[in-house]
Amino acid sequence: MTDSSDRSIAFARETMLPAREPPVSQRGIVRWMRENLFSSPMNTILTLLGLGLIFLTIRAALPWFINGVWNANSLAECRAIIAERAGPDASGACWAMIRERWHQFTFGFYPPDQYWRPILAFGLLFAAIAPVLFAGQKRNLMVVIAGVAAFLLVTLYLASTPLLAFVFAAALVIVLAVLSQTQPGKLMWFTVLYPALTFYLLWGGSIWEPVTAMFGFVIIAVTYRLLVERIGVAVSSAIGVVLAMLWWLFIDAHVADALASALPLALPKVNSDQFGGFLLAVTIGVTAIACSLPMGILLALGRRSDMLLIKTLSVGFIEFIRGVPLITLLFTASLLLQYFLPPNTNFDLILRVIILVTLFAAAYIAEVIRGGLAALPRGQYEAADSLGLDYWRAQRLIIMPQALKIAIPGIVSTFIGLFKDTTLVAFVGLLDPLKGVTQIVRADINWKGIYWEPYIFVGVIFFVICFGMSRYSMSLERRLKRDHR
Amino acid sequence: MADSTSARKQMKVSDEVAVQITKMNKWYGTFHVLRDIDLTVRRGERIVIAGPSGSGKSTLIRCINRLEEHQSGQIIVDGTELTNDIKNIDKVRSEVGMVFQHFNLFPHLTILENLTLAPIWVRKIPKREAEETAMYFLKKVKIPEQANKYPGQLSGGQQQRVAIARSLCMKPRIMLFDEPTSALDPEMIKEVLDTMIELAEEGMTMLCVTHEMGFARQVANRVIFMDQGQIVEQNEPEEFFLNPKSERTKLFLSQILGH
Repeated sequence: MTDSSDRSIAFARETMLPAREPPVSQRGIVRWMRENLFSSPMNTILTLLGLGLIFLTIRAALPWFINGVWNANSLAECRAIIAERAGPDASGACWAMIRERWHQFTFGFYPPDQYWRPILAFGLLFAAIAPVLFAGQKRNLMVVIAGVAAFLLVTLYLASTPLLAFVFAAALVIVLAVLSQTQPGKLMWFTVLYPALTFYLLWGGSIWEPVTAMFGFVIIAVTYRLLVERIGVAVSSAIGVVLAMLWWLFIDAHVADALASALPLALPKVNSDQFGGFLLAVTIGVTAIACSLPMGILLALGRRSDMLLIKTLSVGFIEFIRGVPLITLLFTASLLLQYFLPPNTNFDLILRVIILVTLFAAAYIAEVIRGGLAALPRGQYEAADSLGLDYWRAQRLIIMPQALKIAIPGIVSTFIGLFKDTTLVAFVGLLDPLKGVTQIVRADINWKGIYWEPYIFVGVIFFVICFGMSRYSMSLERRLKRDHR
Repeated sequence: MADSTSARKQMKVSDEVAVQITKMNKWYGTFHVLRDIDLTVRRGERIVIAGPSGSGKSTLIRCINRLEEHQSGQIIVDGTELTNDIKNIDKVRSEVGMVFQHFNLFPHLTILENLTLAPIWVRKIPKREAEETAMYFLKKVKIPEQANKYPGQLSGGQQQRVAIARSLCMKPRIMLFDEPTSALDPEMIKEVLDTMIELAEEGMTMLCVTHEMGFARQVANRVIFMDQGQIVEQNEPEEFFLNPKSERTKLFLSQILGH
């Protein structure tokens, strides 16, 4: 090949240079350490200090964990065992408390012979959210349903489930597994029915109450179907909601009573004050998460609407809810709400709390989604308009899929915050896992003085759940990434 | 040049009116963007709108499918007057295709989904049929092999051709082009212009805002020059380029054809 500086300036490359391996200092672990740990004298010192700090922490905490006792009947017994094993001055964790009070952390005061009901509801929860989380991915759906089947098989057996319920659960899981492989789209129907099923399982009572309550949603759907072509999305769904409200307020209860007396199918009733622990946290958290997302979307759209009334109402709602501490809203739920309702209405406390937690989260979600909407270039709206898509179709097909994708990190942090905030229900007398259950455990003469263990245990479980949500959101972001080249 | 002129002569212009604009005015706040615009577009006409930036040419064609609202005067598209009636707007929009400077493809959908979305949801065409139409138009713009990629994986020129195909899938009666080549690398401008020329030869009614004067010479049967929100001059391309009448037009042409 000719050298380009040779005599004339004319030069034409005939063969392209191949790419070569970078030098050692630009590769692998050496480069990583050089860049991240030892890039300057100051950073080298900080790295060494950090390593020292980690070492000291582990040296102080590790014996406490290693000396932990899992089999004992009281704190005093724990201490005796630790002193015997590791010497009189050694410290150690008394995990035996968790072993003994595990059921209370999980179920609160739920009647022990009915434990199979929340267990079944919890297992099916994953089958119900799987079609939402992994839409159309047959492999992941199968993994989730297999996991649910394994979990239910073991736990339902341990909870000495009645045979009929066991057969019902097995049949349901088999149907779901078959559906997931043949018609994954149909799984959504189970997701839709799941809230009613869970309500029935958790609170018990007549089966007809959730059935007639679900019928209200059928009314909304049918009204919408019949009217949407003639009068548009917003008006037809509004009429549907009004009709459903009338059904719920005036007809629902009578029909449920009539059906219950004709065909009594009931589980023993469990009252809300028997709920507690993670059962309570998950019930409130999952319901509020599921309801606050659609509500947040509507509020975000309302806030950007051109219609003055809708805009003002949305802005007013969002700003009011965000301006008030959640605890205030919870007190409203437990005390004030009762004053505004007609006399003799017995509105369940958990339900009231769920409604206000949902409203609270919805206001935050609305603002997060508004951020996503604002990040979309105007050209997307114009392109949707120029193709003749109407407002709702443009929102559903073009705008929301992109805005929600942008807003995923914000939405998931709001959900994580919401889930952790469920512990605040302790302030209205509900038995949350962190304060409520722990206090009961520590009030027991056997466990008086136990301090770190219950909080660490509850903290770890919260961490696992929240970390799971965070990981899922990251994988979802990767899956939806479209700007790869 | 002679060839293209004769080619242009063969393209038929009917007497039927496609777009009729009378005494149309538009303001942005207090700024008077469009002043007393009168324009009649016949079916099959290819009109190029030129002018300095800020002269209102983009605003004019965006008024035709009501991406912008006009405040006075009348715009009749295909016999439908543009008012605030939402039903009418969506009907007009589905008959009028629009190609944007920045393509505005939907980045979360594949090319094929971009093309079939509006036919399926607005025209209610079965999915299978919409996909066949989409593939037909993708072949026409010469990128059928990209059907299952996402817009982010395509070059600018390819994206703009997809955008043209997306509009064509709605079988529009009028096509609007808003500076379709301004955001493209020089190497890609030609592929987009070729697509537009082919479309013109098939007799599509077209209104193009563009600075591509070669394109105007080759396919337009009328060039409109705008300045300060008004139509300053309009003429057949030969006359327009050889004998501009107004001083403003002469200045503009000397600026853009000067080198």
